Amino acid sequence: MNRREFLRATGGLAAGIGALIAVEPASATPATMQDAIRKVVGSARVNPGRVKLDLPPLSENGNAVPLTVSVESAMSQADHVKAIHVFNEKNPQPDVVSFHLGPRAGRATVSTRIRLADTQTVVAIAELSDGSFWSARAAVVVTLAACLEDA
Amino acid sequence: MASALINVPERAKRGEVIEIKTLISHVMETGYRRTQLGAPIPRDIVRRFVCTYNGTEVFSADLHPAIAANPFIAFSTVAVESGTLTFQWTGDNGFSVTESARITVE
Repeated sequence: MNRREFLRATGGLAAGIGALIAVEPASATPATMQDAIRKVVGSARVNPGRVKLDLPPLSENGNAVPLTVSVESAMSQADHVKAIHVFNEKNPQPDVVSFHLGPRAGRATVSTRIRLADTQTVVAIAELSDGSFWSARAAVVVTLAACLEDA
Repeated sequence: MASALINVPERAKRGEVIEIKTLISHVMETGYRRTQLGAPIPRDIVRRFVCTYNGTEVFSADLHPAIAANPFIAFSTVAVESGTLTFQWTGDNGFSVTESARITVE
């Protein structure tokens, strides 16, 4: 095993453990986000993995934070991503956006720009055509918060 | 009049996955802000975005106040046939904008 393989193997393991811990219901995420997620996934189990959530770790302006979500999927008629939902912890509302895709999308990658009111964790959940749910989360430090300024 | 910017490749090979970028000018007022006199500013956002390819819906999005002003959405679709891609944004206060783009598939 060379250095690159070693790093890939151990890095993947560490990320897996981190995600497992994160999905534990006992984690400190505010309850409103959990409620919003439950409303979308129902009683289904949300597995960590297969989703990649790209957010800058530090954002100077919470009014426009670039976000990219990509999901590992063949995007075929039999196996595709039906929807991608994004949630946050500390904005006034836990929902951020829901994207609805299908086999015609070709690739399960979507980008947009979001508002973040505070330093917080953002969660992306992908709903697959077989009914399973996969998730990823990312922590963002926000120095200038959105939503608070006067008009 | 709101204006939209759309980036769709003019031509593509059949079966190719093309990336589409859209931007629409809109304040996306959250409904949580107040004026300096303390009066709440009512919500005014784009709530829904739909992309149809020759009449078939290929992508849609439900937007919430947490989307930044001038919503930017980038996604992809498979170039299956020549035709028209139609983009529609709808939102509060009767907001509705429709734009379209031609694509040639060879």
